[in-house]
Amino acid sequence: MQDINIKITDRNGVTHDVVAPTDMAMNLMEVVRSYELAEEGTIGICGGMAMCASCQCYVNSDHNLPEMTDDEDAMLAEAFNVEDNSRLGCQIQMTPELEGLEVELAPED
Amino acid sequence: MITTDILIIGAGPTGLFTVFEAGLLKLKCHLIDALPQAGGQCSEIYPKKPIYDIPAYPEILAGDLTKNLLEQIKQFEPGFTFGERAETIDKQEDGTFIVTTNKGTKHHAKIVAIAGGLGSFEPRKPLIPNIADFEDKGVEYMIKEPEFYRDKKVVISGGGDSALDWAIFLSDIASEVTLIHRRNEFRGALDSVEKVQELKNLGKINLITPAEVKGILGTDKVTGVAVEKKGEDAFIVDTDHFIPLFGLSPKLGPIGNWGLEIEKNAIKVNNALDYQTNIPGVYAIGDVNTYPGKLKLILCGFHEATLMCQSAYKRIFPDKKYVMKYTTVGGVDGFDGTRKEAPKAVVKAIQ
Repeated sequence: MQDINIKITDRNGVTHDVVAPTDMAMNLMEVVRSYELAEEGTIGICGGMAMCASCQCYVNSDHNLPEMTDDEDAMLAEAFNVEDNSRLGCQIQMTPELEGLEVELAPED
Repeated sequence: MITTDILIIGAGPTGLFTVFEAGLLKLKCHLIDALPQAGGQCSEIYPKKPIYDIPAYPEILAGDLTKNLLEQIKQFEPGFTFGERAETIDKQEDGTFIVTTNKGTKHHAKIVAIAGGLGSFEPRKPLIPNIADFEDKGVEYMIKEPEFYRDKKVVISGGGDSALDWAIFLSDIASEVTLIHRRNEFRGALDSVEKVQELKNLGKINLITPAEVKGILGTDKVTGVAVEKKGEDAFIVDTDHFIPLFGLSPKLGPIGNWGLEIEKNAIKVNNALDYQTNIPGVYAIGDVNTYPGKLKLILCGFHEATLMCQSAYKRIFPDKKYVMKYTTVGGVDGFDGTRKEAPKAVVKAIQ
């Protein structure tokens, strides 16, 4: 088991250094919720099925992230405030490779 | 005025099961939901997805869960106010409540049970600076009456099922239908995608992809939209209506102003007892409530609904003696005159 250190910038622009476990099948959206970095009810609305875009985030480090699935790609095509580095947090699993990841939460729409 | 014993706000799984538990106590229920159908998130967001933690169902689709709940409660003849959002609550002198919807429908009830999930589903509005100026002046986020678009020019944007389905439907009604989506790919049922392709080939749908509506033109009503194709200059598409269909997202909405104690976008309740809120006679159950250790699970909502109904009964009939009865023992007497009961064992000698 290994914990990783990641930087999450919340919707108010505050950056938090957080420690995320890699052995709990957690994704980035769940890490944000576990640290309460976004108001409950404004993130992970669909529960993590890539069926809403409430966990959209911008990836600011150059980590090799898992490929986007068709579901995630299609959902981002309908989301607002999408940038080239947009991903859905719920589709990013916490793995040792993501040590040092830096992300910023997209605005709530 | 609609009159009932328990007014349930939200027709998701928790709200629906409340009807059953209330029915066992001979209490009548009426439900209000902003969506046009029952099931809440289970119908709106993930009807085709499986759920694995409903006790005794190793696997059940969210849509089937809704269907089964409706079947389980039908003998208790719940009333429904669909497509309306509960807006205000007024406590009467006798301790009862009147809840009024955004369309002015009034509901009079002895008990109010808020089973509102994450809130009422509101359309997601695209980020176009002047869009608010044109709402109901040519911009509609939902199609309520297709005939409204007869012989009109319509621009739809979005890439999901509702954008596809309405583009298909309106192609027979409107004089011109344009579908605009940010990608060339659409996410929807295969036959809808194929049908749009066919209508595009026939010239009945004008498809613009990958593109985005960036502005709305008009003075007091919509006359056109500014469309930007990736890497190209914006151009204008003349239209009478612009219908952005980007799905729905839940908002706690007016319930947040009812004087209830709110914490983390949820309503605080007394979980040691009966899930009552700080307003006596108003309960909050399911995903909409919060208390120490709260889990937003359907199965927890069912439990909360059950205890809440017992408390509601005691509130309505403070002096009546009552003990909980197992359905296997007591059977289920519907308000429609039906009765379900366990078959009686036969007593017969074996020769």
